[in-house]
Amino acid sequence: MRGAWKLFMNALDYVVLLGTILGIALFGMWRTRGRHNLDSYLRGSGESRWFVVGLSVMATQASAVTFLSTPGQGFASGLGFIQIYFGMPIALIIIAAVFLPIYRRLHVITAYEYLGRRFDAKARLLGAGIFLLQRGLGAGITIYAPAIVLSTVFGWRLDATIICSGLVVIAYTVSGGSDAVNETQKYQIGVIFAGMVAACVVLLHKLPAGLHLADALTLAGGMHKLQAVNFSTNPRERYTLWSGVLGATFLMLAYFGTDQSQVQRYISGASLRESRLGLMFNAVCKIPMQFFILSLGVLLFLFYQFEKPPVYFNQVEWKHQEERGDAGRMQAIEADFDTAHDRERLQLEAWLNARRTGDSVAETAARASVSTAHEQVEAIRAQAELAVDPTGKKKDTDYVFITFILGYLPHGIIGLLVATFFAAALSAKAAELNALGSATTVDFYRHVIKRQASDAHYLAASKWFTVFWGLVSISFALSATLAENLIQAVNIVGSIFYPVMLGLFMVGFFLRHIGGTAVFWGALATQVLVIALYFRLNISYLWYNLIGCAACVLFSSILQVVLGLADRITPPPSKS
Amino acid sequence: MNPPADKTAGSPGKMPGSTDSGDCETGLPLLRSWHRVYLFVFGCFVLWVVLLAMLTMFFP
Repeated sequence: MRGAWKLFMNALDYVVLLGTILGIALFGMWRTRGRHNLDSYLRGSGESRWFVVGLSVMATQASAVTFLSTPGQGFASGLGFIQIYFGMPIALIIIAAVFLPIYRRLHVITAYEYLGRRFDAKARLLGAGIFLLQRGLGAGITIYAPAIVLSTVFGWRLDATIICSGLVVIAYTVSGGSDAVNETQKYQIGVIFAGMVAACVVLLHKLPAGLHLADALTLAGGMHKLQAVNFSTNPRERYTLWSGVLGATFLMLAYFGTDQSQVQRYISGASLRESRLGLMFNAVCKIPMQFFILSLGVLLFLFYQFEKPPVYFNQVEWKHQEERGDAGRMQAIEADFDTAHDRERLQLEAWLNARRTGDSVAETAARASVSTAHEQVEAIRAQAELAVDPTGKKKDTDYVFITFILGYLPHGIIGLLVATFFAAALSAKAAELNALGSATTVDFYRHVIKRQASDAHYLAASKWFTVFWGLVSISFALSATLAENLIQAVNIVGSIFYPVMLGLFMVGFFLRHIGGTAVFWGALATQVLVIALYFRLNISYLWYNLIGCAACVLFSSILQVVLGLADRITPPPSKS
Repeated sequence: MNPPADKTAGSPGKMPGSTDSGDCETGLPLLRSWHRVYLFVFGCFVLWVVLLAMLTMFFP
């Protein structure tokens, strides 16, 4: 570890970082040269093969949040988070079999055009409106992720970093366009995986000599980091097998099936076959990929059992707090932490020695001692978190992985990792902003406000709407800094708005007798219900996806019956 | 009064390079129908859940 938690990048890192970022931007601009019409700006060339579609879908979902926050999630809570991805293969199979053929047959630009054709204009506007609202908010979190990197690397304030990086993303999206960004995603995700494998290799190399795989698994399991599947039926537990298979299936159905930022990716496939295979590629690869990323977090946890970590990973914030006049208290916490960590490491070594000698009595005793020592370490960490943030809302785990990268990876590789990780964030952000700009232009501006105008006019409008959504997402990112762990915050925001959106599409696909008025009011009632439930109930947010979708279907069905009865009771208007 | 049915939904045209005819073929060896592809994907998912459950049980 570089001394005294001085996390830094040298000249080589900066050259690699700036070269990669500028190279990607220039490549994007070069790829989009000569494309001045609305269709190619919004929809791309439509010639993508399945592998490109698959990587594009993966890169859009993964982005920097996955890279940054998920290892921190694994570090803090182990493998349990993987259960949220249990719904993904099921959802993608349904989308490939049902949703995708309909989108392709109708040749839509946005998913919400389908609602307009199946129901009416107000259903389309409602669907597009929900997308704009929730994706606009979610996009703020995408800006927040790279801001963490910058604030740690440069020691900047997080809010200033959010504003600066957000403005860079807006400029890049508007000037480069999403087609070039999509094209570069396949290279970016390849480099990201290479970086993660490099981080994994370094981590394995840094683990204590003689710590075998069986030992590592025993230690991680003994400290509750390998609880990948939770069979509990308690709805308050956030990640369980049941919330993953039932609730998350609906979350994934909504995200992949109705969110324009994803629909835009897979409808661009050269054929239905290419689009389907791209989705199936993700259905097969996502769980092992997330397992790998979460396992990195577990490895980090093991690594930091033997190597002393900072008591608080966000050292920028820690130093700020010291400078505010709390230095004595912070130093006392650090001293307590050092002592407790040393004690825990000694107990761990005793446990391993007992395992190796086959002394089961000593092993049981050592394991209990480790557990006690670990609780003390965690208690001191909690004190540290409270000292920095008395509201207890900041999540230090988001800083775990980046602290490791900057502290232990060789220079050059650090620059490449930060650059690619940043580029991934920018490209995901650009794709989101472009989807927001597309939906606003196609579903609102061209459909409601200005129906007859030239392509050039709509193209300019699309760029201005992209700027607008970029500014909205920056504003949200500034308030999201006090939210939950990043990756969870994305899914929580989605789980409030997605169920209604999915309900609209499910009624459209499967309940042919329900009309636009019934589904519109049913969806609005459901949105109110989901928001009320979120603030009233203490259950895993994944369940809102199932409850909301079911409520939308139920309310729409009831309203359709009521409206049908009303039509029969009301006498037809007399002919004049 | 209900708004009129949406007839101007993005005035979509056929996507360049779109060749949806012949999409019944998966082009994959052993997985010649889409039903088989979906079963294969679902089987992989079940396998992963079983493996993860075993990991949980063996290292509690």
